[in-house]
Amino acid sequence: MKLPAVTDVPSREEVVPDGALLATYDLVVRYSSAVALDGVSMHVGRGEMVALIGPNGAGKSTLLNTLSGIRRPAAGRIVCRGKLAHVPEGRQLFPELTVEDNLRLGAYRGGSRDPDPIYELFPQLHGLRKRRAGGLSGGEQQMVSIGRALMANPDIMAVDELSQGLAPIVVSDIIRHLVALNEEKGIAVLLVEQNARLALGITSRAYVLENGRVSKEGRSEDLARDPAVHKAYLGGQVGQ
Amino acid sequence: MSAFTEYLITGVARGLVFALLATGFVLIYRVTRVVNFAQGAFAVFGGLLTFSLLRAGIPQGVSEVLAALAVAVIGLIFGVITIAGKIPLLSSLIITIGLAMLSEAIAMLAWGSIPISYSGLAGHDFVILGAVVQRQYLLVLVVSLVLFGSMALLFGRTYFGKAMTACASNAYAAKLSGINVKRMGLLAFILGGALGGIGGALLTPVEPMTYNADVSLSILGFAAAIVGGLTSPGLAVAGGLVFGLTEQFVSGYWSPSYDTAVALALLIVVLLWQARRMRLEGLE
Repeated sequence: MKLPAVTDVPSREEVVPDGALLATYDLVVRYSSAVALDGVSMHVGRGEMVALIGPNGAGKSTLLNTLSGIRRPAAGRIVCRGKLAHVPEGRQLFPELTVEDNLRLGAYRGGSRDPDPIYELFPQLHGLRKRRAGGLSGGEQQMVSIGRALMANPDIMAVDELSQGLAPIVVSDIIRHLVALNEEKGIAVLLVEQNARLALGITSRAYVLENGRVSKEGRSEDLARDPAVHKAYLGGQVGQ
Repeated sequence: MSAFTEYLITGVARGLVFALLATGFVLIYRVTRVVNFAQGAFAVFGGLLTFSLLRAGIPQGVSEVLAALAVAVIGLIFGVITIAGKIPLLSSLIITIGLAMLSEAIAMLAWGSIPISYSGLAGHDFVILGAVVQRQYLLVLVVSLVLFGSMALLFGRTYFGKAMTACASNAYAAKLSGINVKRMGLLAFILGGALGGIGGALLTPVEPMTYNADVSLSILGFAAAIVGGLTSPGLAVAGGLVFGLTEQFVSGYWSPSYDTAVALALLIVVLLWQARRMRLEGLE
């Protein structure tokens, strides 16, 4: 599929192709009278890695919570042609339970409860498997959170603020794993990130969400060069 | 020595009944974060329903099991009323107090205000270190230990128990994992109801049950549960034993008028200790 360059306020036909693994159509979500998402249409293709960037309160986490069924949309439609797993903001582990219990609960909807494949991916978790998840470092917790999502054997992972509160070296390590999952296992990724440089650097496409609306979308590299995006999210002029 | 042994055994038995109520508190709180002050009403219904079933000619063991099952259904109804809607936690707590008051009214209408009792485990009382002990206390001990063991296995060893713990630990993450948190909450109310019902059925032969006994039972069950911060079943059992023994020794060596008062004073001490512990944990 030939992607358009950066477009402003895209039409529904342009952004939701039939073959999408995940798509939203004019999604509206309200918190009482406040509108959190105001007609969001977006999609993620099979095996694609897509970023969702935007300021605080733009509706990014609300969109993920709606995609994973935690929040009901007031209007619009969601189509998901595969299994979606959500890696939530702040890791959101079960702190009293062990690492292994946390991982095994990721398979609650069905499938294998054997966490060995996760230990192959994150070998350091094997040594921590009997430890309570609440006592782990931030990076280890993020690995457990991703591992728990992987236990659901997903076709797409929605990852919310992966880098939050983690040291850059830890973020690099986890990003490396995420990219490997995408490239080797074909798991699509919808990455919500405050760190726009990081998100645009590893994804092929991106959406900019502002005030509950998609204000821009396009190839990540084009968005990274877009003066408005650069100024708002990458901290300066293009070419700096 | 015989008096001491008698107070000790009676205190342990009563403590185990409090512990059953406390475990119900812990179970419901762990999964739903609701402090269910109708927990004592489950015990009242357990005792009174067993009495009615016995009068209908149903054998004792069957009556007690049927009563516990009926109270489990009452627990489900209480759960639906308390957590089915989007009710704030504080409102849920008030609802449980309202349900306890409603239960008292229903119990008084159905069974009257005269204390009710029935024979416990058949057979002669036995003597331990010079103290005459009712066989019913043996039943309390065995049933309680079996139930506590089952609960420990459920939460410590089973996938389902881990999923219930996950709901209490992080309801949002539990939902993301596909766990139906509301259904788990209702299940906690069912189990809490059954535990209370069994506690009441075991207690009534040694301590006549009245329609309004739920208040003191709830307070003592809550007191035992708060020893473990409402989240630890093991500490709740320890708390139940402490309160049961305190009550019996105060009643035996001092005066029955002061047993509840001393137990409540002990509750205040435990609450202060808990507050200090939480403050210290918060500072760490």
